[in-house]
Amino acid sequence: MTDANDWPDQLYDLLKSAKITQFAYVPDAGHKVLINRSLADPDVHSIPLTTEEEGVALAAGADLGGERAVLLMQSSGAGNCINLLSLIVGCRFPLLTLISMRGDFGEGNPWQFPMGQGTEPVLKAMGVNVLRCDQPEDVIPTVTAALTMVFQSGQAVAVLLGQRLIGAKKFA
Amino acid sequence: MAQLQKLQTSNLPDAVLDRRQAVPRLLDNHADYLMVTGLAGAAQEISALTDSSPSVFAMGGAMGAALMTGLGLALAQPKRRVLVVTGDGDLLMSVGGLATIALQNPKNMTVICVDNGHYGETGNQDSHTGLGIRLDTIAAGSGFAVVHTINTEEDLEEGRRLLREGTGLSFILLRVKEGPPNRNKRNLVPHMERENFRKALLG
Repeated sequence: MTDANDWPDQLYDLLKSAKITQFAYVPDAGHKVLINRSLADPDVHSIPLTTEEEGVALAAGADLGGERAVLLMQSSGAGNCINLLSLIVGCRFPLLTLISMRGDFGEGNPWQFPMGQGTEPVLKAMGVNVLRCDQPEDVIPTVTAALTMVFQSGQAVAVLLGQRLIGAKKFA
Repeated sequence: MAQLQKLQTSNLPDAVLDRRQAVPRLLDNHADYLMVTGLAGAAQEISALTDSSPSVFAMGGAMGAALMTGLGLALAQPKRRVLVVTGDGDLLMSVGGLATIALQNPKNMTVICVDNGHYGETGNQDSHTGLGIRLDTIAAGSGFAVVHTINTEEDLEEGRRLLREGTGLSFILLRVKEGPPNRNKRNLVPHMERENFRKALLG
């Protein structure tokens, strides 16, 4: 029996089994395991970005070349992606992004609320499907569903990893 | 009226090349590459040069996307040479991507910036490069080991050699005068652009 609390490592294995080879990210504590495992994996490209919209364009280029990408970011970065989602939606590129939430359940930094609370509505406004996980046992089934939606149905899908799941950052 | 002054640090000569001749001369072996172009002038002149080849993914919008779309393609297709051809305005919007690309160091990738120093699509306002900002210096500082700046006909020959010999990740700044690019009647249906490119490359 696998332990649902081990979801970050199970998630990396799931993404690998779905033939994702380009892992793009702006660093975030919620994605630490995925980032570190991609850095340690000689079979994938681990791609740190200077800003999140770079990853949107990268995912389009990966698809043009027959590879699959995933974009890992914090909800603060979702707003940076908005115009380049025109490329994804207009050209019908598949896009999978996993977004760790801020400005969400138990947030202690008021600066995080505007973009955190804006993440889901602005993504939906740009034509991105939004799924959400708040419990450890949600993660693998939800990302499995997202992988089908993205790489079988050609959709753009964001999976939000809520602060109830990843824990709210502590501020003194 | 507020005036922006050209920077005192600017030390490049005035541009003399006409893009309608310079781009085709630089890219005389364009059929050897997979290409991604930025929107506007670059997309128009590469579409005209290649007669809208399906080996070219030409943006019709999504300003700032060309550079990193090129990286995703270059990583996915390591056996093919990948060129990004884009303008100064598009590249200025995505300069952080130069640093991201340099860290990946794809040996099969070249970035060509056709720099006319202006926003030619929107009323020909001066761009930052037209006021003295140097994208070649930015590329070098962002980790591109091979950077070549083309001001003259002679510089073009060295650019052609770099492209023919494929000496790893490189950046070419092609400085051109203001003025229109070559054009053809190109597809502006976004999803057809993706489908045509993938069909030609992947079957």
